[in-house]
Amino acid sequence: MATYLEFIQQNEERDGVRFSWNVWPSSRLEATRMVVPLACLLTPLRERPDLPPVQYEPVLCSRPTCKAVLNPLCQVDYRAKLWACNFCFQRNQFPPAYAGISEVNQPAELMPQFSTIEYIVQRGPQTPLIFLYVVDTCLEEEDLQALKESLQMSLSLLPADALVGLITFGRMIQVHELSCEGISKSYVFRGTKDLTAKQIQDMLGLSRPAVPIQQGRPLQAPEQPVISSRFLQPVHKIDMNLTDLLGELQRDPWPRPLRSTGVALSIAVGLLEGTFPNTGARIMLFTGGPPTQGPGMVVGDELKTPIRSWHDIEKDNARFMKKATKVNAVSAGGESTHSSLGLLCGRGCLNKRECWHTEWGHMVMGDSFNTSLFKQTFQRVFNKGLNGEFRMAFGANLEVKTSRELKIAGAIGPCVSLNVKGPCVSENELGIGGTSQWKICGLDPCTTLAIYFEVVNQHNAPIPQGGRGAVQFVTQYQHSSTQKRIRVTTIARNWADAQSQLQHIEAAFDQEAAAVLMARLGVYRAESEEGPDVLRWLDRQLIRLCQKFGQYNKDDPNSFRLSESFSLYPQFMFHLRRSPFLQVFNNSPDESSYYRHHFARQDLTQSLIMIQPILYAYSFHGPPEPVLLDSSSILPDRILLMDTFFQIVIYLGETIAQWQKAGYQDMPEYENFKHLLQAPLDDAQEILQTRFPMPRYVHTEHGGSQARFLLSKVNPSQTHNNLYAWGQESGAPILTDDVSLQVFMDHLKKLAVSSAA
Amino acid sequence: MSQQGYVTAPPFSQSQPRMGGFSAGFGPPNSSLHYGHYGDPNSSHAAAPQPGLSKSTVPLGSSAPLGPLPPGTHQVSQNNFQSGPSAAGQQPHRFQSPLPPNNTGPSYPPGSHQSQPASPNTVSTSCTTQLANQLNSMQINSYGPGAIQSSHTSSGHPQQLPLMQHQMTLQPGPQIPPPANNFSGLCAQSSLSSIARQDGIPGSGLPNPNLQQLPGQTPGPGYHPQQANYGPQMAGSQLSYPGAFPGGPAQLSGPPQKKLDPDSIPSPIQVIENDKASRGGQMYATNTRGQVPPLVTTDCLIQDQGHASPRYIRCTTYCFPSSSDMAKQARIPLAAVIQPFAIVPSNETPLYVVNHGETGPIRCNRCKAYMCPFMQFIEGGRRYQCGFCNCINEVPPFFFQHLDHIGRRVDHYERPELSLGSYEYVATLDYCRNNKPPNPPAYIFMIDVSYRNINSGLVKLICDELKTLLDKLPREEQEESSAIRVGFVTYNKVLHFFNVKSNLAQPQMMVVSDVGEVFVPLLDGFLVNFQESRSVVNNLLDQIPEMFADTNESETIFAPVIQAGMEALKAAECAGKLFIFHSSLPTAEAPGKLRNRDDKKLLSTDKEKTLFQPQVNSYESLARDCVANGCCVNLFLFPNQYVDIASLGLVTMYTGGTLYKYNNFQLNSDSPQFLTDLRRDIEKKTGFDAIMRVRTSTGFRATDFFGAIYMNNTTDVEMAAVDCDKAVTVEFKHDDKLNEDSGALIQCAVLYTSVSGQRRLRIHNIGLNCSTQLADVYKTCETDALINFFAKSAFKAILSQPLKVVREILVSQTAHMLACYRKNCASPSAVSQLILPDAMKVLPVYMNCLLKSTVLTGRPEIPTDERAYHRQLVMSMGVADTQLFFYPQLLPIHNLDLKSDAVPAAVRCSEERLSEGGAFILANGLSMFLWLGVSTPPELIQGLFNVPSFAHISAEATLLPDLANPYSKKIKSIVEHIQSQKPYTMKLMIVKQREQPEMLFRQFLVEDKSIHGGASYVDFLCCVHKEICQLLN
Repeated sequence: MATYLEFIQQNEERDGVRFSWNVWPSSRLEATRMVVPLACLLTPLRERPDLPPVQYEPVLCSRPTCKAVLNPLCQVDYRAKLWACNFCFQRNQFPPAYAGISEVNQPAELMPQFSTIEYIVQRGPQTPLIFLYVVDTCLEEEDLQALKESLQMSLSLLPADALVGLITFGRMIQVHELSCEGISKSYVFRGTKDLTAKQIQDMLGLSRPAVPIQQGRPLQAPEQPVISSRFLQPVHKIDMNLTDLLGELQRDPWPRPLRSTGVALSIAVGLLEGTFPNTGARIMLFTGGPPTQGPGMVVGDELKTPIRSWHDIEKDNARFMKKATKVNAVSAGGESTHSSLGLLCGRGCLNKRECWHTEWGHMVMGDSFNTSLFKQTFQRVFNKGLNGEFRMAFGANLEVKTSRELKIAGAIGPCVSLNVKGPCVSENELGIGGTSQWKICGLDPCTTLAIYFEVVNQHNAPIPQGGRGAVQFVTQYQHSSTQKRIRVTTIARNWADAQSQLQHIEAAFDQEAAAVLMARLGVYRAESEEGPDVLRWLDRQLIRLCQKFGQYNKDDPNSFRLSESFSLYPQFMFHLRRSPFLQVFNNSPDESSYYRHHFARQDLTQSLIMIQPILYAYSFHGPPEPVLLDSSSILPDRILLMDTFFQIVIYLGETIAQWQKAGYQDMPEYENFKHLLQAPLDDAQEILQTRFPMPRYVHTEHGGSQARFLLSKVNPSQTHNNLYAWGQESGAPILTDDVSLQVFMDHLKKLAVSSAA
Repeated sequence: MSQQGYVTAPPFSQSQPRMGGFSAGFGPPNSSLHYGHYGDPNSSHAAAPQPGLSKSTVPLGSSAPLGPLPPGTHQVSQNNFQSGPSAAGQQPHRFQSPLPPNNTGPSYPPGSHQSQPASPNTVSTSCTTQLANQLNSMQINSYGPGAIQSSHTSSGHPQQLPLMQHQMTLQPGPQIPPPANNFSGLCAQSSLSSIARQDGIPGSGLPNPNLQQLPGQTPGPGYHPQQANYGPQMAGSQLSYPGAFPGGPAQLSGPPQKKLDPDSIPSPIQVIENDKASRGGQMYATNTRGQVPPLVTTDCLIQDQGHASPRYIRCTTYCFPSSSDMAKQARIPLAAVIQPFAIVPSNETPLYVVNHGETGPIRCNRCKAYMCPFMQFIEGGRRYQCGFCNCINEVPPFFFQHLDHIGRRVDHYERPELSLGSYEYVATLDYCRNNKPPNPPAYIFMIDVSYRNINSGLVKLICDELKTLLDKLPREEQEESSAIRVGFVTYNKVLHFFNVKSNLAQPQMMVVSDVGEVFVPLLDGFLVNFQESRSVVNNLLDQIPEMFADTNESETIFAPVIQAGMEALKAAECAGKLFIFHSSLPTAEAPGKLRNRDDKKLLSTDKEKTLFQPQVNSYESLARDCVANGCCVNLFLFPNQYVDIASLGLVTMYTGGTLYKYNNFQLNSDSPQFLTDLRRDIEKKTGFDAIMRVRTSTGFRATDFFGAIYMNNTTDVEMAAVDCDKAVTVEFKHDDKLNEDSGALIQCAVLYTSVSGQRRLRIHNIGLNCSTQLADVYKTCETDALINFFAKSAFKAILSQPLKVVREILVSQTAHMLACYRKNCASPSAVSQLILPDAMKVLPVYMNCLLKSTVLTGRPEIPTDERAYHRQLVMSMGVADTQLFFYPQLLPIHNLDLKSDAVPAAVRCSEERLSEGGAFILANGLSMFLWLGVSTPPELIQGLFNVPSFAHISAEATLLPDLANPYSKKIKSIVEHIQSQKPYTMKLMIVKQREQPEMLFRQFLVEDKSIHGGASYVDFLCCVHKEICQLLN
């Protein structure tokens, strides 16, 4: 058997799933003793160029409470044309179309390699893609200009038949009518008035009786009803109009700019609900600052009211916080499925975090719309995937089904609970729980959800040897080609008795996945709990894990060992504790919110980079190599490239920097130096091109002010405190009181082996 | 005596049978109300006549000569003080005692009661008989020389012929007897003949043969002919007191009129012409305190020599009674009609502007009155005493000037504020809102683009017109272009704002559908300078009609529209005018939503007043906000059904705006009228964001204000805008005794923002006399101003009181004023004699016109909107406008002197003045008619219409064709002259005699009985007389 590492990798590639445990403890009691919960990271739309979608509908289990999709794990009676659901054990007839089925003539969904399969469904009317731009006009002139250009450019990136809409806001909110000839027309709303969706639709004149959407339409495409509204029009029709419209956008003319972001968003939602109910859409918000009036207001418009700092919030001092949070909750609960892309510039998004986290797709933070950071990120939103299609999906809906021994505790990621209770929903919540279905609004191939499970099997009812637990993920979404698709992933893992087979379980531990899953839990908790509490909780979990899986003699820290499958885990935790996700010091609430937002939606690899940045060293001593994220890696004759996901930092060591200043790179005889300088730049460029959102690119050198980005990340193994103790031979001391990894580990060992704990 | 009188009556009694109904209807109901008095007094009547007789001798004597003389010239004047008041007086005023009000049966009762027994008729009839008698007598007395005859003869009606004969016969009778009568009639009953009898003069027992014949004849032929004329009108008509006594329409009609010659009663036309003749074309210098200016109808050159021109201020009397007791006794309203921005003809000096720089206007420290000719400089010019509060103030150093030998400042004639009654001050920042200089005002055009307006082509018409009109926005003389900014809004159920910023290629439209809480969606680019944004604005105006061409929205909003306009002005921090073009009842769900509440059942009930009140309260608060923000609302209404003008027009009214109404707007026929109105309104000189304050010298003060104004407190008259046509009528009351030497001084100061955005003060000063003699007061009364006051106060009163009460008050006040005169000023005469002060001799006829105006006549045939509309218009009218409105101008145009430029003299508004062979123009400031008799000379018809005969004339036309012939040119110029300086454009209606539209036309013949039940002049006169008699007893 291949190693677990290979198994994990294979599984991830095929199904986009990584479990914290790949062999499952068979009883509830044992599972809780494992410290790290049974959970998985699911990338629902992981790109599978090798997976051709099938053009028919999935076969469902006939039990109304189950409705699991036929999958390779099901037992099939080819003669009787029956199949048994592996979740509820219901025996089902194959539908008539499957009459020709036999062992040698299997449908794709029964083949083991199709544990993940995608169906193209042709139910219901096809709706085009919808992009609704929500644009802040309270910007500086040049910012607005840059934004206008970006928006105009983006029109050419949209598919020609996609519907676009435009809402601008400042003190007032303007919903622009796009279909008009001659005079441009817009509907204007007061920015201070919270309106219900019904009112909004009335005011926009959308309240004509909606055409009832008939369920279960036959398969053939419905006669294309020309769905359009005055506010949402196909790009190809109003390309010119919209370009002009954007060109004529004016800065908010009122003496003091007021941003009515809250109302603008609720109007956007109302508009979509009124025109395309139950259809996926993207609301793309471009704003240059905090909402300053109306529902969702973060700061007052009086200049003397400062924007909140973390300090205020912790003291619950923030005047508008409660109101703001409530409003956002409301807008998140909108009835229509819609997805959003928030592009944010400036400050003041913290109170939107619920939006960001649950419902919103992307968030970009920069200083200005007039930066390449913003421009490129924005373009990248419209990047096409391998098959020339947008890397985005609309109105996605994830359903999880489990076999009887498991229940669903919750999910953490950019999703909203749909509140679907079922037999497989646990009463204990981890993350967004209490449901077996979630709405994922901004879904792209990287979007990753953490899903937590609970083993409910009782200790005294053992699972027979060789039993397997199964989980099925059903993701329905609107593909960017406007097709409706369903992706079904069914996985199974072995059960093991933790008492007798602990080493199996231990060996099947996926420490990377576990680290990310624990980090998400931590971040999720940090939203509602005080920072130190979260850190303490993380510490305790780590210590308990070490106690459970470490090998040591009591009270002898030096005897402490961890097996290979756990060896990196404490280090991840160390860096996590230092990460901006949990440390709010030196970060504005906006920044924290922004970091957390991305952390909660990126896949495992990216998440790990965020937790523990990657450091590459370039020197004459050899080819580029990854080095420890440690102050000792900072050497004068090295160039370092650090990737923290949000930043790409190139750092020239002291000597290198001096050489560069001396201009050696320009001399033909030192061409190798020139190559050396160039190598990290090339690598950085590569990262920059694929990363979304665009990271901040920092090029600095020893002693440069920007070097702080690097210094704040590396493990402070050398500080001013122990500098002389360590000698001066290598590395760069970091001026900090933070503990180093070494100290951390020492403490951990001591606590883990302590019999008192 | 009376009995005898009654004895004579019997002959008349022949007519009684018909009249029976009258008395029945008339007498009793009357008595219950005003008329009640009349009824009762009857008993006292017996006594009255005697004194009356004795008195009457005098006037009669005067009147006697009249017979031969033209009415205007009175020899009477020589008599006693009567002559004083009536210096210019005409016989008509003084009615012989016998004449007691014709129509008012009640008044006769005195006589009648007694007579009743004697007379064969029942009691009821007696009244009528008396009436008849009186009328007769009136005719006789007043009979002008040949004029009447001629008019009669001229009328071509075959039917009338007999009548004419009658009259002819009559006339000789009267004429002849009068001379005799004069004395005899007045003094001696016998000679009075018919008159005497009626008068209830006992002596009249011996009627003249003529007279006797008359009565006899009248029933027969004489009667009929008149019926031919009057018949149609009279038929349905109610009694003299139409509105008041809806129940008792009496057929007074026939007999009295027959007998009373209208020419014998005071003629407004005569009064107007006399004044024209005596003062027209001359210069009138306002150098004397308390001098009575020429009538509004008289053209003259006015020179300001220390008192405000009568164009700005006209008073009801130019001599105030010195004590409040006197004032109460006389019951003459003390009021001034102030038209602060009145247009001054180009040959008169415009107002001087005084600029004292940063110190601002010089004002009395105590009462804050502005420097004016009434300030008395003392102590060598170092101090001045305020003429209003007598406070002594220091003269500011920069203003110091030495006094000359008569104690007048040396620079008296160099400083307008010292020598002129009217002038302007440049205001300082203290006089500005928020102490900031105001921005130039803005005009916002708000067009209803609902289905109907689009469909009727109105929207296109407006848009097209605006393109040219916007070049004519008002500006200061010295400036090249107007500083006024313009903005555009269209609306139906929602509001559309337009961004017309000059740098845009296309206008932008912003829809505000949150009408519940309307707001202005844009700041920059909404209000623009037309010159700068011309291309964008023109583009917009081109597109608006197309944009909504296929609309099917029929619901509209209204209050949010005003709200939006106001908010826009507020946001732009400027004052301004909204021009709203609206057509329907605002039924869409929004604030200010209205329902159709027009209910004819409310007429004549206590709830009738609610029809004039706004339907919902929000309009009042909206109006208040508008005024507070200097937002004037001009409303152009195009209704084709009930639109609740009482509600819609409220904001217009309070904000000093103008309401225009075009019923059943038809593009072809009504657009010239509408466009002229619109053009005139846009070009009008206007003061914005104005506050007016009226200060008075000690002893009296302004207590009540009427007009298109808003009052937050009791002294400050706020007007979002005030234009040249708006007049405020101010009533004064005594606080204390007034000093005859110092007189009564009035200063009206209007603080406003000019069209260029300059803050200014306009000061008008006028000084009036005071007297302890009531006769002085009566002598200086001005009837036109009185009517203006009565109209406005009555129209205000109907909001709170039932119509009936209001009408009664008017009548009783009229009677009181006249009775007081009679009692205190006139030389003794018979009670039954009607004596009118010279200055008030046309008061009854005007009062009657007011009483039968549509507003005060609650008849189901008159649309409620029409009444509310008239009410609103009158409230802001100046004296000239009310004069014309209540007593329309009727010009004969069939016998024009084509060579002269003069406008022909008007004739009295009575059917009798029309003739089959004549053509007349009638105008009242709102409507204009061209009436054509069936036998109008063909050459006139050819000249005017270019058609061969009467039958070819199309009554549909609303314009006279432009033809190159003297008739057409002359008449066109007359029409233009009539129209000039009138606030509303009159639509010309062509009425052909004996065709249906004539009914409408006849309503304007205000001396006749109206189809809506208004009394004829004669009837009213009788009524008033009766009331006076009542009072005197």
